[in-house]
Amino acid sequence: MSFNNLDQLYRSVIMDHYKNPRNKGSIEEDAVTIDMNNPTCGDRIHLTLKVTDGIVEDAKFDGEGCSISMSSASMMTQLIKGKKVEEALELAEIFSKMMMGEDYSEKYDLEDVEALQGVSQFPARIKCATLAWKAMEKGVKQ
Amino acid sequence: MMNKDIKSYFPILDQEVNGHKLVYLDSAATSQKPIQVIEAMKHYYEFDNSNVHRGVHTLGNRATDKYEGAREKVRNFINATSTQEIIFTRGTTTALNTVASSYGRANVAEGDEIVITHMEHHSNIIPWQQLAKEKNATLKYIELEADGTLNLEKVRATITPKTKIVSVSMASNVLGTINPIKEIAQIAHANGAVMVADGAQAAPHMKIDVQDLDVDFLGFSGHKMCGPTGIGVLYGKKEHLEKMEPIEFGGEMIDFVGLYDSTWKELPWKFEGGTPIIAGAVGLGAAIDFLTEIGLDNIAEHEHKLAGYAMNQLETIDGLKIFGPRDPMKRCGLVTFNLDDVHPHDVATVLDMNGIAVRAGHHCAQPLMKCLQQVATARASFYLYNTEEDIDRLVAGLRSAKEYFGDVF
Repeated sequence: MSFNNLDQLYRSVIMDHYKNPRNKGSIEEDAVTIDMNNPTCGDRIHLTLKVTDGIVEDAKFDGEGCSISMSSASMMTQLIKGKKVEEALELAEIFSKMMMGEDYSEKYDLEDVEALQGVSQFPARIKCATLAWKAMEKGVKQ
Repeated sequence: MMNKDIKSYFPILDQEVNGHKLVYLDSAATSQKPIQVIEAMKHYYEFDNSNVHRGVHTLGNRATDKYEGAREKVRNFINATSTQEIIFTRGTTTALNTVASSYGRANVAEGDEIVITHMEHHSNIIPWQQLAKEKNATLKYIELEADGTLNLEKVRATITPKTKIVSVSMASNVLGTINPIKEIAQIAHANGAVMVADGAQAAPHMKIDVQDLDVDFLGFSGHKMCGPTGIGVLYGKKEHLEKMEPIEFGGEMIDFVGLYDSTWKELPWKFEGGTPIIAGAVGLGAAIDFLTEIGLDNIAEHEHKLAGYAMNQLETIDGLKIFGPRDPMKRCGLVTFNLDDVHPHDVATVLDMNGIAVRAGHHCAQPLMKCLQQVATARASFYLYNTEEDIDRLVAGLRSAKEYFGDVF
């Protein structure tokens, strides 16, 4: 059986983040905590952010969900760490455009997040990928 | 008639999805529609469309005859005593909400109990939660056995003389379990409670006789039984419906309207405010004709066989866990499962790429998912048009999901 179509969705970098999530866990002190779920499918994320002087100093996540939602959370925490709050919000907007299949700014190196581009071809899975980003947007605005 | 040819009545099944012949295994969410139903609705709109119960003109009479004719078909389908006991609703959800809002509000008081089970669909949980909160009543759950069935001893222990309403699904949309509704109704009645049956997953798949079951209310949906979306049925015993207040007020349901007071039409129309779902009822009538011609007993037998075959085949896959009773005779035609290390959403995407449609998620049964200690599960549900070849395709698809995710790890 050919797996070409599936490879568009499940690139090896995604699987690597799913199997070996980065920044897994919870920041215990001075952290903003966001819990969010996707009510249609039961995916759940617990995100903790440490923001000091307008900079995302640390980000950790915990949760339950499919390979797309959990790898997206892992990549997102990796990418926003060390970024300014405004930059993190801008990245969330870029990511949202990427998911909608629209053109987006190439101002930033999206690192591993680029691998999620293929998700836009699978409308039913876009919500999986955006869960962590929605939680982050809510968190940094607090 | 239960053979491959049945597929030929369902035009939608004759297509390719993602380069593969479609295998539709999501009938518990909604069934596909045979050409007979599609044609009946098309014919209604092309020749008979008019409003009901008011026109003097010919089309008005034809539309009324078809609408009321569908009601008679429903009556016969569930063996109700009178068409006065058959109310057309938007679906099972509206039927259950009507019972909770009308009968419930009038008959449940502070300190009373409402009893449901841990395997209910959200639509048979939340109306009762809301009623219990409003009345300061207690909502109680009957626990499940390890195999996802109900034990009548536990039913007896949960229902008490304080219980006013017992509401249980006839068949679970997740576990597939067929529940002993007749026996539970006897226990409810012995305690002075009414019995409500959620027939959403039962009406498409097995013969229902409301007089034999002796249920006080029954709700079911047209779209899960080869009919269109937007139409469903509330059956209620006349003795209850007569005393109940409507929950929607307006046109169609009134007798006399004054400036400050109005009176209602007789049953069943007092519960059908507004222009009714006429084309939907016509479609449901055609679906009932179709199912009756094939025979509900034949459909049930076909599904027991498919469930048994599916469980046998699925069990050959390493790391696959099936939820619900193992005995195919104790379940309707669906199998809910999880594959080790592969999340059900990922399973569903891999299957979809192979042209196989299954459901993944919590199946509108979050409390049950908690009982099963699962965040989400995958579900393959069968209907009269499914075959053993469809299940073979499912099993091959699951093997490829395992292979794919095994490889990348």
